[in-house]
Amino acid sequence: MSATVSTKLERERPPALTVGPAAWLRSNLFNNWWSTAVTLALGYLLVRWVVGFVDWGILHAVWSVPSKGPGIADTSACQAAKGIGACWAIINDKWRFIIFGRYTFDDQWRPAISIVLFVGLYVVSAMRRFWRWELGLIWLVTLTIIFVLMWGGVLGMEYVPQDQWGGLPITFILSTFGLAAAFPLAILVALGRRSTQLPAVRVLCVVYVELVRGVPLISFLFMASTLFPLFMPVGFNPDKLLRAQIAVILFAAAYLAEIVRGGLQALPKGQYEAADSLGLSYWHKMGFIILPQALRLVIPPLVNTFIGFFKDTSLVLIIGIYDLLSAGKIALGEPAWQPYGTEIYLVVGGIYFVCCYTMSRYSRGLEVEFNRSIRR
Amino acid sequence: MSDASVDPRYAPTAAPKKSVKLSWSDPVFRGLVWQVLIIGSVIGIVWYLASNTSTNLANRHIATGFDFLGRVAGIPIGEHPIAYEPSVNSFGLALWIGVLNTLQVSVIGIILATILGTLIGIARLSRNWLLSKLAMTYVEVIRDIPLLLHLFFWYGIVQTLPVPRAALNPVPGLFLSNRGIRFAELVWEPAHTGTLLAFLVGLVLTAFVSQRATKVQEATGIRPAVWPAALGSLLVLPLAVWAIMGAPFTWEAPTLRGFNFQGGGTLSPEFGALLIGLVIYTAGYIAEIVRSGIQAVPNGQVEAAGALGLRPGLVLRKIVLPQALRVIIPPMTSQFLNLTKNSSLAVAIGFQDFVSIANTTLNQTGQAIEVIALIMLVYLSISLSISLFMNWYNKRIALVER
Repeated sequence: MSATVSTKLERERPPALTVGPAAWLRSNLFNNWWSTAVTLALGYLLVRWVVGFVDWGILHAVWSVPSKGPGIADTSACQAAKGIGACWAIINDKWRFIIFGRYTFDDQWRPAISIVLFVGLYVVSAMRRFWRWELGLIWLVTLTIIFVLMWGGVLGMEYVPQDQWGGLPITFILSTFGLAAAFPLAILVALGRRSTQLPAVRVLCVVYVELVRGVPLISFLFMASTLFPLFMPVGFNPDKLLRAQIAVILFAAAYLAEIVRGGLQALPKGQYEAADSLGLSYWHKMGFIILPQALRLVIPPLVNTFIGFFKDTSLVLIIGIYDLLSAGKIALGEPAWQPYGTEIYLVVGGIYFVCCYTMSRYSRGLEVEFNRSIRR
Repeated sequence: MSDASVDPRYAPTAAPKKSVKLSWSDPVFRGLVWQVLIIGSVIGIVWYLASNTSTNLANRHIATGFDFLGRVAGIPIGEHPIAYEPSVNSFGLALWIGVLNTLQVSVIGIILATILGTLIGIARLSRNWLLSKLAMTYVEVIRDIPLLLHLFFWYGIVQTLPVPRAALNPVPGLFLSNRGIRFAELVWEPAHTGTLLAFLVGLVLTAFVSQRATKVQEATGIRPAVWPAALGSLLVLPLAVWAIMGAPFTWEAPTLRGFNFQGGGTLSPEFGALLIGLVIYTAGYIAEIVRSGIQAVPNGQVEAAGALGLRPGLVLRKIVLPQALRVIIPPMTSQFLNLTKNSSLAVAIGFQDFVSIANTTLNQTGQAIEVIALIMLVYLSISLSISLFMNWYNKRIALVER
């Protein structure tokens, strides 16, 4: 018996080109002549582009310029570098305007705190341990604080009228309030569209949803800026931001309603029947059985819609509200800074990208987590 | 068996008649009450808004109605596919030109975005690591930046192009300058119309021959060659018609005269920026749709087709694409609709699409209600036609089950 283990088997090493980085390169970049050609061509372009960008954006960039007088910048250094290097001095000079708009300069800590509160609100809402009814309360309190901060007029803070607000807070306000207010409306519309008992209400909801989804947001904003004053009683003229906000809410509600309806449809019929057989009333059935499950199901598409509206609030520029993008555009209006649009757009685009990318990563992670139970 | 043996309890009885009781515990009655309440309050709100509106209109001395459509517009329009003179033609015609401009940019945009998006979607699935990562980066970056910013960016880039005198000339007959894109155009003659007609006839012929071939294949198992007939009707026939009608062929190239180009076709900088922005933005979404559509086809399908001995091209055409399209078409429809609606952002960079001209009309006439109603009507009809067409196509390719 002991003789059988006399020789030790040597494990043979795998061929050199099937493991390790060389094999990875071979199978992923240089698989065949076609793949090799694509890799080389793309690699060349990429390297050239990166080198060019570093050259333009860092090595030859102008980071700051002296000022000629109060509020007037001497941009001759930028003009000299035109085409060779970026003029980041415009960001250096204008960043507070881009982020806070025309808000009173000394009081800009207030919108700054508002931004922090908004971000904190998003982070808290993103955590699953806070997903309960108390979250609504948190939202209510935070949004109230934000409004008090922005408006002022109490606690020794100076009153700042709405037409002086601008920049990032406007983007946050329009999208967050828009979705927060549209959400309850959307749930009602989705329930109305699914109802079998109330055919007239169903028709009403269908017409509303299809009408809104068929027209561009811009036409709604135009409506808010031109028709809204006509609809109101004489002497009552709500400010521009409120009008745009109402347009965004009515617009978003139609899209959200479709998503909620998707969740309601995705729920197995047995859940409805079980609730009915327990003798629950309609609102008890919806509030305790159906909606908690259906809404949970649609959180990822809801986040995606939120991303869409976060981007789409930039359209308010067209009716003259100074959100993040319009503040950037106005910063460009100054003659001295006019030729440096690319720099501004890169920075503003970067801010949008960071916000949207974080949210979309979050929504994808959530989706994976939700599907874990059905995936093996 | 006698009738007496039938148990009266099993005798078929009519269902109890439903009668609406005037009681809160009766669901039908409850439903009625709720509907009356909801519809009533909606009508009440609309009535309230309408009465406010009529008071406001009377205060501002604005007469309602669509009479303004017949008045002389006086809106200068840079790009008009049909003849238009601001000092002669009416608001109605100006708005119609806006519709045409919107349709033009949407149709071209949809075609280009579909091509670019499909390419990127396929690149995303490539086995080449670099290619697929670059495609992924494109999709991520493009989708997370507002379309309006895309448009401003591209408009800025187009405006930094050199003046016509120093226009870029990448290929002969194509000039890029800050006045737009000028390109050489074929001088259109009756012979070309004839050639085009011959080509259309050829298409019908080819489809006919191909159908016959399929029938023969189903009956005998052998598919007769289609390509000689296709070649003849698609290439030889149009060429013959062209040659018989004198074979005219002249390019009209743009030439620099004074400060701008004369002759040739032209695309304005606004149109160019809008088109580039829309195509690049929408392609990011279409790429994701195409990718998920192709990935939705189980790998077993491809392997099964291979096991049957189909060539790779046939596998793609007969197995993968028909199944992927079923997943792709519905979200693709909504992207096409999005592109059409997004083309209204043209107003921000000064391309005169429908919304832009309607907005000018609104500012000049003050007929807010009518103009907004027109905007809604036009976009609703466009959206409806696109969804009807896509639904028809979707039904055609849908899986036919028992």
